[in-house]
Amino acid sequence: MRLKHGLLLSAAIFAAWAAGAANAETILNRGNAAEPSSLDVQLVSGIPEGNIQQDLYEGLMAYGPDGKAIPGVAASWTVSTDGLDYTFKLRDDAKWSDGSPVTSDDFAFAWRRIVTPKTAADYAYFLDAVKNAEDIRNGKADPATLGVETPDPKTFVVHLRAPAPYFVGMLVHQSTFPIDKALFEKAGDGYSKPNLLISNGAYTLAEAIPQDHITLKKNPYFHDAANVKIDTVRYFPTEDLDSELKRYLAGELDLTYDIASQQIPTMLKDHPKETHIAPYFGTYFYAINLTHEPWKSNVDLRHALSLAIDRDVIVKDITKGQQIPTFTFVPPGTSNFPAWQPDEARMTQAEREAKARELIAKAGYGPDKPLSVEFIYNTNEAHKKVAIAVAAMWKQKLGINTTLKNEEWGTFQADRNNKTFKDVARHGWIGDFDDAANFLDLERGNVGANSTSGYDNPAFDKLMAEATTETDLAKRGVIQQNAEKIMIADQPIIPLYTYTNKHMISPAVHGWIDNLPGFNLTRWLTKD
Amino acid sequence: MFSYTLRRLFGAIPTLFVILTIAFFMIRLAPGGPFDRDHPLPAEVKANIEKTYHLDEPLVMQYGRYLGGILQGDFGPSFKYRDYSVNDLIYQGFPYSLSLGLAGILIAGVVGISSGVFAALRQNSSTDFMVMGLAMTGITIPNFVVAPVLILFFAVTLRWLPAGGTVGGWTSYILPVISLALPPTAYIARLTRGSMIEVLRSNFVRTARAKGMPERVVLLRHALKAGLMPVVSYLGPAIAGIITGSVVIEQIFGIPGIGRYFVQGALNRDYLLVMGIVVFYGSLIIVLNLLVDLVYGFLDPRVRYD
Amino acid sequence: MTDSASLATPDNRIAGRSLRADAMRRLLRNRAAVTSAIVLVLVTMACVAGPMFLPWALDDVDYTSFTTAPDFAAGHYFGTEANGRDLLVRTLYGGRISLLVGLVASLVSLIIGVSYGATAGYFGGGVDNIMMRVVDILYSLPFMFFVILLMVFFGRSITLMFVGIGAVEWLDMARIVRGQTLSLKRKEFIEAAEACGVSSAAIIFRHIVPNTLSPVIVYATLTVPRVIILESFLSFIGLGVQEPMTSWGVLVSEGAANMQNAPWMLWFPASFLAITLFCLNFLGDGLRDAFDPKDR
Repeated sequence: MRLKHGLLLSAAIFAAWAAGAANAETILNRGNAAEPSSLDVQLVSGIPEGNIQQDLYEGLMAYGPDGKAIPGVAASWTVSTDGLDYTFKLRDDAKWSDGSPVTSDDFAFAWRRIVTPKTAADYAYFLDAVKNAEDIRNGKADPATLGVETPDPKTFVVHLRAPAPYFVGMLVHQSTFPIDKALFEKAGDGYSKPNLLISNGAYTLAEAIPQDHITLKKNPYFHDAANVKIDTVRYFPTEDLDSELKRYLAGELDLTYDIASQQIPTMLKDHPKETHIAPYFGTYFYAINLTHEPWKSNVDLRHALSLAIDRDVIVKDITKGQQIPTFTFVPPGTSNFPAWQPDEARMTQAEREAKARELIAKAGYGPDKPLSVEFIYNTNEAHKKVAIAVAAMWKQKLGINTTLKNEEWGTFQADRNNKTFKDVARHGWIGDFDDAANFLDLERGNVGANSTSGYDNPAFDKLMAEATTETDLAKRGVIQQNAEKIMIADQPIIPLYTYTNKHMISPAVHGWIDNLPGFNLTRWLTKD
Repeated sequence: MFSYTLRRLFGAIPTLFVILTIAFFMIRLAPGGPFDRDHPLPAEVKANIEKTYHLDEPLVMQYGRYLGGILQGDFGPSFKYRDYSVNDLIYQGFPYSLSLGLAGILIAGVVGISSGVFAALRQNSSTDFMVMGLAMTGITIPNFVVAPVLILFFAVTLRWLPAGGTVGGWTSYILPVISLALPPTAYIARLTRGSMIEVLRSNFVRTARAKGMPERVVLLRHALKAGLMPVVSYLGPAIAGIITGSVVIEQIFGIPGIGRYFVQGALNRDYLLVMGIVVFYGSLIIVLNLLVDLVYGFLDPRVRYD
Repeated sequence: MTDSASLATPDNRIAGRSLRADAMRRLLRNRAAVTSAIVLVLVTMACVAGPMFLPWALDDVDYTSFTTAPDFAAGHYFGTEANGRDLLVRTLYGGRISLLVGLVASLVSLIIGVSYGATAGYFGGGVDNIMMRVVDILYSLPFMFFVILLMVFFGRSITLMFVGIGAVEWLDMARIVRGQTLSLKRKEFIEAAEACGVSSAAIIFRHIVPNTLSPVIVYATLTVPRVIILESFLSFIGLGVQEPMTSWGVLVSEGAANMQNAPWMLWFPASFLAITLFCLNFLGDGLRDAFDPKDR
């Protein structure tokens, strides 16, 4: 009797436990590199911030499971024949997390706010393609004059200042997301506090402890809430990559933000299924300072530096993250851009080095007159390793004496942006949205601090200007490609490789699809 | 003694003022600014953001504005963490640093002093060598090695303790506290041993023993009191350093304390955050140094407050 | 034999009773201290001369072996690091920097700290107040901040590191010596010296400083490892020595990041570091015992 009783009891307990387990909320713990600089969707510009905002909000367009842009709040849209006017129809079931509908007014309000100088948004310039946006952010026009219209609550019209065929692709970016006008009018600039913020994405903001974690809870009013399987997602700032990996291995994180290069071989060997590496929409390169000699007028010298770098050794033995060696700036996979590589990509490394020696001799340097190069990079193990390898190659192959200069972030930024670095600077660029102009614009002559090298070639600028007005996407791609060919022939930059995204992903997490933009929204994931 | 304390505290105000002024002008001299981004902002956008934070004003005006804020207990906004004021960040982070630090210093004090005394009593015995050998290990291995080893063993391999963060509650603090306490434990053990050996040989201990006092009384009431003086000297700055958080430990374990703001703030050119931490840290040290001097008086009545 | 003979002559006996000779005699009797001194000399010699006998230069890359374990056949006795450079040669070069930083910065801190602390403590009152207020101010200026700005303004150099670290570390020393002096100056022998009209400088340097030596030496031996570790912290956040130069601190922090996949990258430099610091500590203990004036 007693035994039977005991068995029954334990069976009951087990049943209760099992039921509890089935009902228990699913929590996803994501490593997210850094504490976001703000939770105000309109103030931020970084990738950790982007990850959080993509879960909180939904824009007119949204990232699909595979990173491709899919309609978000926009149910459909039409473009005028001149490519200047976009009319978006908003979906009827788009709701804020308090149950109120998302209206075109919310979009118009948000877009006007981000370009208003008083908002002091990093990405105030993101909407420059919209009519009057640039004048407004420069204080020359009233925010009310922004080229947007709201004929009715579910219709949102945008007027561009010039055709921008990539415009719809830009709308996945957090800078174009709506904010709840009613909330903002009540709460003001402090609207993005936990338990106050009202969002329209798959999640709402529940808790934010600086430097510890940010907790998001499922938004029951989200139009696709039925398919959102993860109830709670926690973002952890994980600045130290080794610590992040250990927290993952200890089972505390389900996803890591990155993997340190030295850990990749071990992880691929011990946890091959959990180690995800995929191409990313960014290029790692070195910038040569063209504002003075010997670099300014000596293209041979610049070519020699590029040719002497054995990119295969860099990606195989140094960075180890399956990065793709490249000689061009625009990453492969960019939409509407025909990928290409210059001739040297098809040479063997020995041939490249022979040519490099020839070029450097032609430029007047040799064993009796060795070239000295000062190379700056910001404090970071990964950058340091690549810099050491490149310096060794230059020395070994070309007899160049490289002085490595490791600078802390602030100094490095100042040197790079003001072109006060002596010879060569480490650089890298991740595209904000899927368009080649994202990269090529950096080489235009009038972009100030954004210019990587102080490159200024009217022929290049002319093609770039031509590309902006070309509405035929295929033709535009060819023009952009021609522009890049001119630029690469001048070699203001030395492209090394296309970045890869590297994550450890727990076997319990499903639905992860590696993608080029590198955004995997929690709404597409499930966890056992 | 009360008036001495008051006098010291009032005397600290000019000290703080000098610290604040030096720090304010020094950090502005560093190259770069808080709104230099990896993707550089257009000049107008950057100028506009700087205007929002009054960074376009002449430096002297900014200084005046800052002083005005400080008088009202307002450290101003953080440039990097735009949702928070510097007050918020210190208010939210300090409890973590404080509890971590207090636990660390408590362990360091108890373990360090007792093992130091223990070793001093058995000078040159094998126990002495063993205790001091262990203490030296604490000094010779940097905590950025100790911490990952501990995590690897206790969190990754054994899965007994959390590897980082604070989600695990009090268990999250065990490994960080050990890593944090190790070096000061070693310092304290060595300082205690050194001064105890000296004190045990001194005349007053000899006299006390000669008078036939029990060894326990000699040790606790006379020797230890005098022997702890260098330790107390060390503790003042050490507590301040530990409480404000070891940058390395907070970073490796992902503890949200204020230690990290210190370095991050300087690297990010988050001027007001750095200033806030400098002033906060400065006040803390001033108070702790005062405490140390007061404890000194308690340990050695011959020290007069004049 | 000659020693005892010379000690027998009256002149030399006076010299023999001098503090320094006495201390040396006691130090040489301390086996742990002597062994440590020998090991330190060996390590220093290896760091200074060793690289000359190795086939690899500091920045030579062996393209056939990146992050490989010790391999005698290839001539990499300590293995190679992530950039394919020989770890032995780097450990030895790193030792040069670490030892240099440790010794010079500690010496700087010792000289400034002891004279400053003793002076403040001895004079007391207003002088003490002002001098310690200066220490308080310097103390409350966060070290990091101070060094970052130094490096930012003047670029990176080893000399700056000496100045930076030394200028911070003397503060501790000054406080300790001042504390000791405060209690020493009430002692009879100081009062006696004062009564005899001995000058203040003489009292400080002849009577007070020697009597504070024991905690000072213990503290100084603690300062050297601390300086070496501080240096590694600086290098860790990118304000230390520039590549391709290196230091033990840099190598150990790189090793810590590689402890799972390349343990040799941690163990070799860490052993050098630990052994050196151990020896410095033993030597410090020996010096403390030897210089203790009360043990005569």
